[in-house]
Amino acid sequence: MNAQQCCFTAAARSPAAPATEVPAGLVLRGLGVSYGSKAVVRDIDLAPLPTGCVVAMVGANGAGKSSTLRALAGLNPMSGQALLDGDDLAALDPATRARRVAYMPQSLPQASSLTVYESVLSAVRTACPQLGTAVVHQRIETVLGDLGLRDLAMRPLLALSGGQRQMAGLAQLLVREPRLLLLDEPTSALDLRWQLCLMEALRRHVAGRQALCLMAVHDLNLAARFCSDMLVMAQGRLIARGAPGRILTPDLLRRAYGIAARVETCSLGTPLVIAERAFDPE
Amino acid sequence: MIAAQNAGMTLAERYAACVRRRVAVLSALLLALGLIFLADLATGPSGLPWQTVWQGVLDPQHLDVGTRVILWDVRLPYAVMAVLVGAALGLAGAQMQTVLNNPLASPFTLGLSAAATVGASLALITGFSAWGLGQSIALPLCAFGGAAVGALLIHLLALRWGASVNSVVLFGIALMFSFEALLWLLQYVADNALQQIVFWSMGSLGRSTWPRIGVLAVVVLVCALWTQSQAWAMTALRSGEDHARSCGVAVERLRLVSLIRVCLLSGTALAFVGTIGFVGLVGPHMARLALGEDHRFFLPASALAGALMLSCASILSKVLVPGVVLPIGIVTALVGVPVFMLLVVRHQKGLRE
Repeated sequence: MNAQQCCFTAAARSPAAPATEVPAGLVLRGLGVSYGSKAVVRDIDLAPLPTGCVVAMVGANGAGKSSTLRALAGLNPMSGQALLDGDDLAALDPATRARRVAYMPQSLPQASSLTVYESVLSAVRTACPQLGTAVVHQRIETVLGDLGLRDLAMRPLLALSGGQRQMAGLAQLLVREPRLLLLDEPTSALDLRWQLCLMEALRRHVAGRQALCLMAVHDLNLAARFCSDMLVMAQGRLIARGAPGRILTPDLLRRAYGIAARVETCSLGTPLVIAERAFDPE
Repeated sequence: MIAAQNAGMTLAERYAACVRRRVAVLSALLLALGLIFLADLATGPSGLPWQTVWQGVLDPQHLDVGTRVILWDVRLPYAVMAVLVGAALGLAGAQMQTVLNNPLASPFTLGLSAAATVGASLALITGFSAWGLGQSIALPLCAFGGAAVGALLIHLLALRWGASVNSVVLFGIALMFSFEALLWLLQYVADNALQQIVFWSMGSLGRSTWPRIGVLAVVVLVCALWTQSQAWAMTALRSGEDHARSCGVAVERLRLVSLIRVCLLSGTALAFVGTIGFVGLVGPHMARLALGEDHRFFLPASALAGALMLSCASILSKVLVPGVVLPIGIVTALVGVPVFMLLVVRHQKGLRE
């Protein structure tokens, strides 16, 4: 609890802090990712991410969203700097990184004969081995309750639907209570109901713990509804950042996706993107 | 009714009940193994009565020489060896299926057994004695070496293209055929050691001796404890490779270390009893059905299931043809193939559902 309050105050204080002090949160300086000699992400600079809200990362296929997330999670090597609360992520050993950064892959958790409870337990036991048994079970109780998985807790993953399995994957992520959450298209395999459940649960968790959360997503309208901050990537570079209502324009969509699109405001007050026509590739 | 009962319980309590159930199943497996082991001791061509067997085990001094030889130099070593080899193969298959993320992986199906046989055959033909340590050490050492070559090839393939892909299994099958061809070549060239090499291709408990049992027991014990210490990492790996990596599991290292253990276990077992197929494949599947995949339970259960299977096979090898002890490898293959087919059919059905 203390540690969490600490982070909270540090994060709250950071805008007023002198420029020499390392800011809390996630800061990227010249981040790059290459596979062999091929650079897929280049020169990403990012002022601190806001805490307590889900930040969307959008862009066409191959724009470098997944590569950026994987690099931050330590699954791919990266160049440049990624600072989490002042610590260079590349310099952290895997155990420390696993405690502070959690990543949810794009694919659903594998359909094994592990029960939901066991799969969540194994995630917290490997990522946070320092926790006592009572704390571990308390955390699982809370997370599965929050995600509406209580009744499925003793069912094997292979007996669940795709949506339920993805929620179990989210439980494996949230139970670790990481400072930084990285999610790669968590809603792409889900129907509308599960999309809503997952986003609501994620937003609650991130707001409740004042965590940092970066989520790659294809559905611009979903992103516009649930995220107050958005990063737009194209060809490995960050081309826009800001509130969806401010940055989503037909011109940006043309540059990011190569489409002609209309941007309207829906009755909820959030922007609504309607794709109209795809331009021929140049 | 059950839902109403569950509603009043915390999840931790329900999980504790689930753990108690798993421990109970594990104990039942252990008990069954004990009983089958005794039954294995009591069967044989010489037809000793139960009471004699029981007394002879507890109190060997008061036996006549003939009975003592049958009991202590034939039946007990056979029975103990069956348990140890079964446990070794079950444990090897279990971790192989997990780290390669493939339900069809086992030392036999991926060609490690064939590779180990080539290693052991080379030891026989060249008369390698492990610098004076004798055959009980030299054979498993060379079998391990052979298996390690095969495992290294599989590891490199998994490193390059990922573990779960079917190409690992296809590659393993290709590996099996290549090493078998090598083996035929060795058999063709070597006439003096031919009989011993042929013995391996069948798999038999016929050469069980106490020193060999000692070596295998140490290998099984060390590997079992070593594997158990990585049980959480393996369980996390069951939810996916990237997920496990993000949890701080060094997946490549875990896979390499597990394959080394698989080579140790299957190489040592093979050096003493020859190729025994399907136990390493089917044992883990039985364990998975009975206990799920929390590796704290799944690993020991796979070892127990393997031991149980091979002890049953040992009994069958003695009673199928009265008066004759068949090579046990023939029995496991005859019983194992239908079970294997059943698994494949179930797997296909599981994919369609």
